[in-house]
Amino acid sequence: MSATLSSQSDVRLEEILIHTIAGMLDGLRHVAVGASSPVPGAAALLARARSGERTRVSVLGSEDHNFFTDGGKELFDCAGQGRIDAFFLSGAQIDGNANINLVSIGDPDLPKARFPGSFGSGYLYYVVPRVILFRLEHTKRTLVEQVDFISAPGFSEPNVYRPGGPFAMITDRCLFDVDKERRRFVLKSVHPGETVESIAENTGFDYDVPAEVPTTPLPDAETLALMRGRIAGEIAEIYPGFAKRVFGLEKAA
Amino acid sequence: MTELLTDLDALAAKVRDGAKIALPPDYSGCANALWRAVIRRGVKDLHLIGVPVFGYHGDLLIGAGCVAVAETSAVTLGEHGLAPRFTAAVKAGSITVKDATCPAIHAGLQAAERGAPFSVMRGLIGSDILARRDDWKVIDNPFAENDPVVAIPALTPDLAVFHAAKADRHGNVWIGVRRELMVMAHAARDTLVTVEEIVDGDLMADPATKAGTIPGLYVTAMVEAKRGSWPQGLPATDLAVDQAHLARYAEMARTEEGFAAYLAEFVVGREAAE
Repeated sequence: MSATLSSQSDVRLEEILIHTIAGMLDGLRHVAVGASSPVPGAAALLARARSGERTRVSVLGSEDHNFFTDGGKELFDCAGQGRIDAFFLSGAQIDGNANINLVSIGDPDLPKARFPGSFGSGYLYYVVPRVILFRLEHTKRTLVEQVDFISAPGFSEPNVYRPGGPFAMITDRCLFDVDKERRRFVLKSVHPGETVESIAENTGFDYDVPAEVPTTPLPDAETLALMRGRIAGEIAEIYPGFAKRVFGLEKAA
Repeated sequence: MTELLTDLDALAAKVRDGAKIALPPDYSGCANALWRAVIRRGVKDLHLIGVPVFGYHGDLLIGAGCVAVAETSAVTLGEHGLAPRFTAAVKAGSITVKDATCPAIHAGLQAAERGAPFSVMRGLIGSDILARRDDWKVIDNPFAENDPVVAIPALTPDLAVFHAAKADRHGNVWIGVRRELMVMAHAARDTLVTVEEIVDGDLMADPATKAGTIPGLYVTAMVEAKRGSWPQGLPATDLAVDQAHLARYAEMARTEEGFAAYLAEFVVGREAAE
């Protein structure tokens, strides 16, 4: 994750991910970003910058990039009303039915591993139309056949109110689309250095593979400059460690 | 009337064994100086409620053996990773976790603040969060056909505890846009506050400050505590997060011995300074 993709250029993997995610946000009215989400946060800020500020972005934990005035509940109330178009969720485990696990491995009462918890996923996954899953460790340990704990299910019974759900999943190896009818992931593109075979070797669930799977495009020079300049500065307010590691930026005092 | 105390330990004495306590998230206003005083007192069996999550302060209390129950949507040190003492306590089975999702915590507090028995919410159905909460119920929406919703009972903390930038001598506390603190104060039976500064005058006199002010009606007791959120920052002030210290905490708290050394240096060792 920390190395540049030396065979390609000086573009870092994080920059490809940010660029790819931003491409799924262009034209949206309002994108919200939750906890522990530096890559999605940077992508949302990039989409906003490219929209001429027409896309609103709310970043949890930010004072500069968050316009909510009614406390911690407002993000959820806003989402419940359909005022948030896109959100990001991850999981210690994610399975082939797009169920996510943010809680534990093994028996939840006496777990082998315990993670922070479900955050807002038990609600936002249901009500935000375009939930983009991200998991920056793509292995059979993380992308599994069945999660040990369902923080939020990928899909619901027909009588459950569910305007929201998975839209795509991005990992450090590839991008998946979601076929909502068939409730399956579909391989959309592989990041530089990966192949259809390497994805199969590292994925613990079944998914569809089209005849043609392109390589995930790199950001162009203009996008890179925007990312490394303005966006790096903006994300440093919330994720100073990330901004330093990826963009070499120290947070301004 | 709000009790204006002059001594942090007098406020800490109001945190009793077994109390159910609403805690703000790290980016809101954490009463960390008070929690250090509470740990020095040796309080036990607290039931912490993350509104809707908690971080450093809850991990510190768990590590110090003050906590029996953690009811929260998450526990995290943010960029500094997993909360080490929470993680260790869960794996050892030494605390009970009531996992939630953020809006369910807000829904429970909102029922409490309006004196209603419960709130209803979307989401949750089909999750293991719901499956493991026998205090939450799936009910039929009485206004529609075949539309299950989740009923969340009123969540009434014994205490809401937080740090804020300023208050006046009438007990009015200015919180700006951090309005989860307002909901916490409304919902809780008692509210204990530490503030950077107790100012002269009346924060309710000017609509600009009144809009972001918790009336003294809800505030049981408070005390001035300079830099009382350290090592966390405080919104709308120049108090920034002490990232280097949190990194050090995350490192030291990885082991029981390291955590004991941390307590000795930064909790017990700070008594004179606080």
